[in-house]
Amino acid sequence: MKSSDVVTDVAVEITGLKKSFGPLEVLKGIDVSVARGEVVCIIGPSGSGKSTLLRCVNLLEEPTDGKIVVNGVELTDPDCDIDAARTRIGMVFQGFNLFSHLSVLNNLTVAQRKVLKRGEKQAQEIALRNLERVGLSEKVNAMPAQLSGGQQQRVAIARALSMDPSVMLFDEPTSALDPELVGDVLGVMRALADEGMTMLVVTHEMQFAREVADRVLFMDGGYVVEEGPAAQVIGDPQHERTKSFLARVLDPTHQGPSA
Amino acid sequence: MAMSKRRRAIMFRRAQYALLIVIVALIAVFADWEDIRRSFFNVDTAAKMFPTVIQTALVNTIIYSAFGFAIGLGLGLLLALMKLSPVAPWRWIATAYIEFFRGVPALLVFVALSVAVPLAFGLKFDINSTAGLALGIVGSAYIAETIRAGILAVPKGQIEAARSLGMSPGRTLVTVTIPQAFRIILPPLTNELIMLIKDSSLISVVGLTAADYELTKFGRETLSRSPSLTPLLVAGLCYLIITLPLGHLSRHLEKRTGGRKIGTPESTGLGVSA
Repeated sequence: MKSSDVVTDVAVEITGLKKSFGPLEVLKGIDVSVARGEVVCIIGPSGSGKSTLLRCVNLLEEPTDGKIVVNGVELTDPDCDIDAARTRIGMVFQGFNLFSHLSVLNNLTVAQRKVLKRGEKQAQEIALRNLERVGLSEKVNAMPAQLSGGQQQRVAIARALSMDPSVMLFDEPTSALDPELVGDVLGVMRALADEGMTMLVVTHEMQFAREVADRVLFMDGGYVVEEGPAAQVIGDPQHERTKSFLARVLDPTHQGPSA
Repeated sequence: MAMSKRRRAIMFRRAQYALLIVIVALIAVFADWEDIRRSFFNVDTAAKMFPTVIQTALVNTIIYSAFGFAIGLGLGLLLALMKLSPVAPWRWIATAYIEFFRGVPALLVFVALSVAVPLAFGLKFDINSTAGLALGIVGSAYIAETIRAGILAVPKGQIEAARSLGMSPGRTLVTVTIPQAFRIILPPLTNELIMLIKDSSLISVVGLTAADYELTKFGRETLSRSPSLTPLLVAGLCYLIITLPLGHLSRHLEKRTGGRKIGTPESTGLGVSA
């Protein structure tokens, strides 16, 4: 797999990560390392902390304890320029979160111009190139509300890519989509993975995880319970909780042993 | 025998129409139209008000209101941001200001600015500044609360998206939060503008020279010379010339922002080019 030839180059290093919301401890000590070019899918039941883990990677959630290093920059260092670091970390949300008052083109150029200080022309060129990558060149002047959910999500991916990130975070990118629109978004993500993008993906799409991920993490109760190659974790889970989760996800009518 | 509910409802509605027709007919027959015309709409009096009522009074009303709204909007935005500040003293100051100026009559502020402040501090404002400041100071207290509500109504995901693209908190506020907040509050903000236009009549407590008359003062002055309701009616209609289109605009904007969802008629066929 492509991860094997760049194992020394670490893109994301998470050590001893803990996160509490008030008295509720959501992450209870996470250690994850992601190599450059690696695609890691995070699966697990709702409430297991997988979205919180992802949101800690670009510090949308402030960790309670632990260390997060992305591209060699320690984000948890109080002196870290988090805004600068975030320009290199693309984030795709479950709810798309396109800027509803801006056209598709401006969604893709606004941060390039205001944050990266790129010129209007350069920003537009980069935006159009990324819009083409997600197959939506013809929507360049549309407003977000005029697009379907799947189209909005692909624009959101193009917006993140326009910042030239070295890591992409996907927080359940297809969970809010109608079933027939999921394929387009997963297709874009698959192409991105094939191009060698480092990706952390929180997802319920087991088929996608199995086919695209280099590694799968199964989370439950604030811990990484099991991790390994996708085929192994999904195809031949070792841990009891992984087994029962997968049984419920892969065959929803199946009554798991814990039920 | 007994009428069905449906039938009764129809009969009741017809009875209401019949009653209205009778009332209108009675008024038409018994009213002294000549007297009404004389006291409500004396054409000579109305004609004499033109063109001053437009050229001076309406223009002054618009100028005072425009100054007031500009100051109110600026001050209101500042107060809203103060109220949302993590620094507690800013919030206290903003809250005190808002509570105070929402709680006292606007008239009192006009008098204070035109009489008490010049007396106490030796500052003398011209009429435009007095009207603009008084309207702005009072209006900002209301506008601040509206803007604050608008900022809070911007979905959290929009702010998270901006921050995750590397925008600083200030940049996010200017680029994403405030533009979206103003879209949300355009209808209530238009209402506040209309209220402010009507409050501009309070400037007449200040001694105005004829050139500074706004609509209400002008109407009252004309009234003292030709006692009929006509001057007030003309002044009132002039207010409507401004406020009715604004109300219309507000509803239009409300419809447009509400219609920005998927699948509305206007969302098809737009914005496709490359």
